[in-house]
Amino acid sequence: MKPAIRPTIKILEKELKKKVVNEAMEILAEIGFFAENKEAIALLQKNGLEVDSKSKRAKIPIDVTKKALKSVPSSITLFDRDGNQAAILEGDNICFDPGSAALRVLDTESNEIREAYTKDFVEFTKVVEQLEHIHAQSTAIICSDVPEEVSDMYRLLICLLFSKKPVITGTFKKESFAKMKDMLVTIRGSEKKLREKPLAIFDACPSPPLKWSDLTCQSIIDAAKYGIPSEFISMPMTGANAPVTILGAIVQHAAETLAGVVITQLVSPSAPVIWGGSPAVFDMRKGTTPMGSIDTMMLDIGYTEIGKYLNIPTHAYLGMSDAKILDMQAGFETGMGALLAGIKGVNMISGAGMIDFETTQSIQKVVIDNEICGMTYKFIEGITQRDEPIAKDLLNLFDEKTTHLLAHDHTLKWFRKEQYIPSTIVDRGTKEEWITNGRKSIGDRAKERAEKLIKKYPGLSLENDVIKELASNFKFADFDIKKITDI
Amino acid sequence: MVIFDECKKAIVRGDIEKAEELANQSLADKLNLNTVVDAFSDAIRHVGNLFDEGEYFLPELMRSAEAMKAAMAILTPHLSSSEVETRSLGTVVIGTIEGDIHDIGKTLVAAMLTAEGFEVHDLGADVPVTTFIEKALEVNAQLICISALLTTTMVGQKKLINQLVKQNIRDRFKVLLGGAPVSKNWVAEIGADGTAENAISAVKLAKELMEH
Repeated sequence: MKPAIRPTIKILEKELKKKVVNEAMEILAEIGFFAENKEAIALLQKNGLEVDSKSKRAKIPIDVTKKALKSVPSSITLFDRDGNQAAILEGDNICFDPGSAALRVLDTESNEIREAYTKDFVEFTKVVEQLEHIHAQSTAIICSDVPEEVSDMYRLLICLLFSKKPVITGTFKKESFAKMKDMLVTIRGSEKKLREKPLAIFDACPSPPLKWSDLTCQSIIDAAKYGIPSEFISMPMTGANAPVTILGAIVQHAAETLAGVVITQLVSPSAPVIWGGSPAVFDMRKGTTPMGSIDTMMLDIGYTEIGKYLNIPTHAYLGMSDAKILDMQAGFETGMGALLAGIKGVNMISGAGMIDFETTQSIQKVVIDNEICGMTYKFIEGITQRDEPIAKDLLNLFDEKTTHLLAHDHTLKWFRKEQYIPSTIVDRGTKEEWITNGRKSIGDRAKERAEKLIKKYPGLSLENDVIKELASNFKFADFDIKKITDI
Repeated sequence: MVIFDECKKAIVRGDIEKAEELANQSLADKLNLNTVVDAFSDAIRHVGNLFDEGEYFLPELMRSAEAMKAAMAILTPHLSSSEVETRSLGTVVIGTIEGDIHDIGKTLVAAMLTAEGFEVHDLGADVPVTTFIEKALEVNAQLICISALLTTTMVGQKKLINQLVKQNIRDRFKVLLGGAPVSKNWVAEIGADGTAENAISAVKLAKELMEH
């Protein structure tokens, strides 16, 4: 038996990657970036960097960037709530998580996009917990029925209550980090244990062009202190706040991301970070940022290659759609993006479930996208040679009596490995069967599967005192942990 | 006259230098400035139509708007105040709310409003509520356009309305909301005057509101 080659895809030649990185480092050295955070400015100055106190523009000498790149870890292992290894972000490994921080959900009854509530996110989390090919949760939905001030940490609470999978999360305000970190420590038992076994990743988005805001600086600084992985989400929009060329945006993405690398490595050398992003081409008709655009996908694959060139774990928002309903656009954009990301080996691929430019989550779509993720995993396994000779002996079996191999040992031995077997939401039946079953669309079938999964959810498995301690972080007026755990 | 055709062409092509040159030339030649401005205005409407029809894209639209703005900056000081007043569709104060640095949608709307003939005061991004109100009072604006791209900053739009009510000046302004998370429900909930789904619709809405 010969192992398969891993299918791969290349979009930038090596010389060009080198050029991109060099120019990004030059940009940081000559133009600099904006650090809108006191602690970040103090840190940069302490390390001898030039920061203009008025404009907050900081310049990073090339040797400082190079030094930071030397201390960045090339691998991050995530552990689930129970402390078991869940994903290793390195090399060309992949892991899927739902698109995060949706403001709205696609209602399964009305098919309308509407505001999201606690119940939506709890059910979504329960479903994702049981999906076979999505190995991380994200704080995917912002619940409109809780006060803004706690909406970031409230999302984490729901993930930790209802799921064991590691979580991709983030803060909406500076003060939240400490509390969210405490919630993770509650699960792990101590800061040391949390450092040893990361349970969550914190996303932090620099603002294009070349700006790290107060909030995002603080998030990456705090995360670096506690050894919590930060995922940098640089998001240049081509032709708007970034050059219109895809390669120009890749350079800008690299410069913004390198600034994050430098800040975190100055806080703590070897602080875990992820070369992530959510850039987009700017739609020149609508003024929007299409995530399902083929150009956006090229941009994502391009900057991922830069991250890999620098030997840093990578992330991208790929495998999502700008459609407003679960139509063909939702399917083709998601399928193309997820498969490309999988082949490229983007370590963390965010987007499952998402429609309407990262604003809306759909419980049906996340169930559908789980199939796309499964198919992607299958594809990157490649084609293995299992026999020697490959087929001759099997073909020699066919004669007047033996007309098929369906019940043959060889078939029984290999069919489960050779085929990706989808759940029943993928229609592989005959037309007659489809008619008999009520002419259902994939949306209908996904809705049924989601409902089944919600019913099948085994219930909370956290100890009561842990739940109590998590809940103690929430003090707003009508907060009642029981109202959440009863859903 | 040939020069009027050239004015139109300069705007449609988004040729800023040419538009400025033609504006200066019409001053030097002592042409009827109202006719010159009409030519420029016709052109920018034509550009709007080209955009609506899908012929033109945002970069072309923005560039034409900038050419228009450059020409008008030269011509406006030479128009009588009554002419300026009759030509102005209204005075707008626009900006992105405090805590939010998302600028592009707001900048597009500001450019389109300017090109259509509004007097636009663009306060930029990360603008406190008090600055919106001070500026609106100072320039005697009819419209306040306030943009927010984050749910966390959207609440600033509500603060603005509340502050206007508190200062007893809510009736003096129409308030338009912008930004991806803004919905018609939100407009109704906080008692604003409207929102539009893109920059072109925003201009249409602004014009409608001015007629009432």
